[in-house]
Amino acid sequence: MSAIIEAVDLAYRYPDGTEALRGLTFSIQAGETVAIVGANGAGKSTLLHHLNGTVTPARGTLAIDGLPLTGAHLVEIRRRVGMVFQDPDDQLFMPTVAEDVGFGPRNLGLPPDEVEARVQGALALVEALALGPKPPYRLSAGEKRRVAIATALAMEPAILVMDEPTSGLDPRSRRQLCRLLKAFEFTKIIATHDLDLVLDLCPRTLVIHGGLIMADGPTLEIFRDEDLLATCHLEKPLSMQGCPVCGG
Amino acid sequence: MPPGPESFLHFGTLDALAAGDSPVHRLDPRAKVLATGLFILTVASFGRYEVAALLPFALFPAALMALGGIPAAFIGRRALAALPFVLLLAAFNPLLDRAPMLTLGPLGVSGGWVSFASILLRFLLTVGSALVLVATTSLDGVCLGLEKLGLPRAFTQQVAFLHRYAFVLGAETVRIHRARTLRAFGRKVSPREFAALAGQLLLRAWDRAGRVHVAMLSRGFTGHLPARRPLRWKGSDLLFTACCAALFGALRLWSLPRFLGNLAAHAFTGGRP
Amino acid sequence: MHMSDALVSPAVGGGFWVVSGLALYRCGRKAAGAPVPLTGVLGAFVFAIQMVNFAIPGTGSSGHLGGGLLLAILLGPQAAFLTIASVLLVQALFFADGGLLALGCNLFNMGFIPAFVTFPLLYRPLAGRARATGTLLAAVAALGLGAAAVALETRLSGISSLPFRTFLAALVPLHLAIGLVEGAATLAVVRFLTRARPELLREGTGPRWPAAVLVGAMALFTGGCLSWAASRNPDGLEWAVARVQGPAPATPLAGDTLHRTLARVRAGAPMPDYAFRGQAAPTRGQTSLSGLLGGLMTLALVAAAALGLRGLKASTQARKPGHAARP
Repeated sequence: MSAIIEAVDLAYRYPDGTEALRGLTFSIQAGETVAIVGANGAGKSTLLHHLNGTVTPARGTLAIDGLPLTGAHLVEIRRRVGMVFQDPDDQLFMPTVAEDVGFGPRNLGLPPDEVEARVQGALALVEALALGPKPPYRLSAGEKRRVAIATALAMEPAILVMDEPTSGLDPRSRRQLCRLLKAFEFTKIIATHDLDLVLDLCPRTLVIHGGLIMADGPTLEIFRDEDLLATCHLEKPLSMQGCPVCGG
Repeated sequence: MPPGPESFLHFGTLDALAAGDSPVHRLDPRAKVLATGLFILTVASFGRYEVAALLPFALFPAALMALGGIPAAFIGRRALAALPFVLLLAAFNPLLDRAPMLTLGPLGVSGGWVSFASILLRFLLTVGSALVLVATTSLDGVCLGLEKLGLPRAFTQQVAFLHRYAFVLGAETVRIHRARTLRAFGRKVSPREFAALAGQLLLRAWDRAGRVHVAMLSRGFTGHLPARRPLRWKGSDLLFTACCAALFGALRLWSLPRFLGNLAAHAFTGGRP
Repeated sequence: MHMSDALVSPAVGGGFWVVSGLALYRCGRKAAGAPVPLTGVLGAFVFAIQMVNFAIPGTGSSGHLGGGLLLAILLGPQAAFLTIASVLLVQALFFADGGLLALGCNLFNMGFIPAFVTFPLLYRPLAGRARATGTLLAAVAALGLGAAAVALETRLSGISSLPFRTFLAALVPLHLAIGLVEGAATLAVVRFLTRARPELLREGTGPRWPAAVLVGAMALFTGGCLSWAASRNPDGLEWAVARVQGPAPATPLAGDTLHRTLARVRAGAPMPDYAFRGQAAPTRGQTSLSGLLGGLMTLALVAAAALGLRGLKASTQARKPGHAARP
């Protein structure tokens, strides 16, 4: 079975010279849910930006669903990869939620009925049907987050890539989001600091530090490796740490 | 006169009103834009000394407010807030134009005061109708209407983006300003500080625009925004526009107050003016 | 500097709408070379930054950044013009800052002049080596010319009684000073950007001589205006007109019209246009008491109609289920 994402020696350098990625090699199979963790500045977001061709690597190759990352395939790749950014305000730029969710399908050239169906479908998936006619700035953080996911889902992607999906959410919204994500069956790639989310959702984890992959394997194993976590400026998820109250 | 920080709340109120539902809200935006445009044009076409003839025009915004569920007090407050500058200019009229023009019983009223009243009335009418337009159509609706009436797409899309991000940037500005105030101990913003504040906000805005662009590209944007939903003229829209045009034309040519006044004068004085 | 619909005539408003509309159309067609998110977000930035006041050293008052010149520096003239237009439209619709009929005038005064006159002619040529001068000159010129335009448009509309000279004499010097503040603020921000992200700023290009000519012309114009306004004698104008007419006798009618027009200008009375035609109406015939009565009755009718309509709406709404409360 060929991988849905195949990266070989991926490297990237910022305009000011800093090396963000120094040669990453990994492959992800269809249907996997993979977490990408690392300290701030480790290169997580930069890696994500490669996945839909927003950024071109300085070195190495990247293939999405068999398609190499070149200009000719960009449109197709963006059809397959749904990206949800860190700040929903960057992603929700149309006057109403419905128009925003429909932005992608309309760009794909779909007929208006199909666009409408996709919008309703995507909003239903994230439990936000009632938010359709609202302007984005009237939404709460949790609602914005869910609508942002809907904007990606409306494209019916094969892969959903999310950058810090739970940051800034109150516990209830976070719980709701977790539940939603668990129900999605396509390939999911989640870059996050929320290690408890990782534990809950992602069987596989990639640990990035200093632009390199420090570990790539089953989540539980990685979270048990205390030396690795320390080197990468990480900690165990709270649910794996000792209970501060009862000491268990 | 630039609005203060609280002005961003006004955005929200007008947008909330525009999200309502009423026969007025349901009218085609083009009909409302055309009617408002015609209204303002007609009001502006009156001579400078017309006061009474302008009064019936208040029916247009009043009726729209009533049918659209727009609180008159809110519109009134917004209109009054913008009044000072116009008032200042208008105040020169009574000062400069002193020739008596009318008599109200024993009082003589100079032309200047008449034109002053006319200016105030024009102001209230035109500003009121513009606010009611947004309150019943929403900025997005107005843009859609303008677009279908011929304004360039690039422009109306830009207005939409401005509207979308004004809140976000406004909130950022308030935060950065507040953060500065907390460490300023009463001193006003110096030019140097302003340059830093403005520069920071500008860079943040610029970066945000870049991220938005990336988000758009990620969803298949190729440089041309997809076409907006088509608008269709309904019978009610055409009727509305036609009636408004007829009403404004009639009121422009015939003065209701004079007619009523004459009736009243005849009734009370038995024919003697 | 925003003009209100209350002081604009349809002719002036419409005329400038055509001019500004054409410019808008052309800029829109060119797509302005900057992506829509950028111009929209920068428009929002200008909106937001106008809220922030800073103290002008030496005086007790505060100033704010208008942003027109800054936009031109960052985006180039066409995109800046579109952005300024969007800011003005939102200001007119949401904040009653400037009328809708007067929007064409406002866009010309605050958009066209900075973007297509002072920016290319004053800032661009000087930006390379004399950026401070270029910025200040461009800002001062933009506001001065804009103010003169406001005075002209107000006078041509004929609704305000302010004589052109007086208005000009009051408005232009004030706006020259405001222009200085605007220029200084713009310069400060540009300097900040040069340190932080120089790639955002465009290079200065263009020949220098148009700048010199424009500055010279402006200086003459301002000086001329101020002295004309200050002088009690408008004879200079009439004298010049008489000279132009030459020794050949003008036809009595033409001379009479011209003379009457000049007499009216001197007295500050309206020029012949809609205003003049309308002037006769209220003074014709009956006493003003009936006019007042008629006015009051009209207002009462309008109020009654409005209340009636509200009542009608309320009763139909009450019958509908799930009626949401008003914010």
